Amino acid sequence: MSLSIAFFAIIKRDLVLALRRRSEVANPLLFFILVITLFPLGIGAQPHLLQSIAPGIIWVSALLAAMLSLDSLFRSDFDDGSLEQILLSAHPTSLLVLAKVIAHWLVTGLPLLIVAPLLAVFLGMPTQSIGVLLLTLLLGTPVLSLIGAIGVALTVGLRRGGMILSLLVLPLYVPVLIFASNAVEMSSAGLPIQAQLNILISFLMMALFLAPWPTAAALKMSLN
Amino acid sequence: MSDTFNYVLKANGLSCIRDDRVLFEGLSFTVSAGQVLLLEGQNGSGKTSLLRILCGFREPDEGELSWCADTLSDSSYFADLAYVGHLEGVKKELTVYENLKVALALGQPGNYSIMDALDRVSLTDYDEVLVQALSAGQKRRLSLARLLMTKNILWILDEPFTSLDKQGIDLIETLMSEHCAMGGMIVLTSHHDLSIQGVDVQRILLS
Repeated sequence: MSLSIAFFAIIKRDLVLALRRRSEVANPLLFFILVITLFPLGIGAQPHLLQSIAPGIIWVSALLAAMLSLDSLFRSDFDDGSLEQILLSAHPTSLLVLAKVIAHWLVTGLPLLIVAPLLAVFLGMPTQSIGVLLLTLLLGTPVLSLIGAIGVALTVGLRRGGMILSLLVLPLYVPVLIFASNAVEMSSAGLPIQAQLNILISFLMMALFLAPWPTAAALKMSLN
Repeated sequence: MSDTFNYVLKANGLSCIRDDRVLFEGLSFTVSAGQVLLLEGQNGSGKTSLLRILCGFREPDEGELSWCADTLSDSSYFADLAYVGHLEGVKKELTVYENLKVALALGQPGNYSIMDALDRVSLTDYDEVLVQALSAGQKRRLSLARLLMTKNILWILDEPFTSLDKQGIDLIETLMSEHCAMGGMIVLTSHHDLSIQGVDVQRILLS
């Protein structure tokens, strides 16, 4: 009982914090929108080309936006000592960390899902693929947050961890990118996408159950 | 809280090496319920490192710690411990009340309610104020309020007197002697001369 109170208290705390520091939330979203709107301008009047690379554009932008937002996950808690208090709590750190990642996804991942259909229409993506795009984002972006959390936890103690963080996390993001954008592409050609979706679901389940432990351990190491 | 009188924190042969420099070695002590352990020493003598070892953030390079004769991870140590360090551990964008609410959710409720704890540290009407609007001394008082409203046996305080005024210092000393009278124990570092009545104070000089 008291564990679930702590779990939801952390989520609520991080959501209130995000509401009071809007720029941190707006930054990745703005980046996502800007990159996608710049592509048609750069490519020029070639609607077919744009349409065929739309899944890739949206997914690459989502991935970079997710990476851009990662550093805010533990940075302020590390700087003001709140992280020490969270780790000292008698509750399992991995679950409290999971609460933080969920809150982080709600403020940085979910907004991408909300604007993605609009941007997909903008790039001329066929209607039947937009649903699939949303589904892949719904399954894929939480994986990005969960895997990213391990990287941030490892680098939060370093003053300039940004570069190392991207090198650490990006290779692990690649499988998600491949299967997700492939699913969207296949669906626009009218082909079955069950296999890709199953793989994304298994990624999500694995990340959900396996990522919080190394994240908690890495945070403990970073505080040392 | 009479059942708390059998709590004992024992350290046996602790040593800490940082960047090839031996901060301390072969350090042993026992703190039992109702006692205060005051760590003294110059800057850089390893006081904070020792506290961080006690909090489990660092592993001692040698030696071991036990809580009620069990190792720290096997016992209820982390549920019985509260730490106030250099960093206050409060979010400046949240109000005083919201911060304490989170702290309460992370620990177990203690003797004071949130409002009573704020009363006690003279922050009575500050519950709706954002922490960023508080002064340094008021933030200190806020972290003391956190100690009061959660249930802990062992307080670990790193320089608790920093940035507090005269009344604040008196307040901490009163709270500390009350905590010890109820069977609690305290490990702290301080450059300030401690004057708490009726409490058994052990001193360790790190050099």
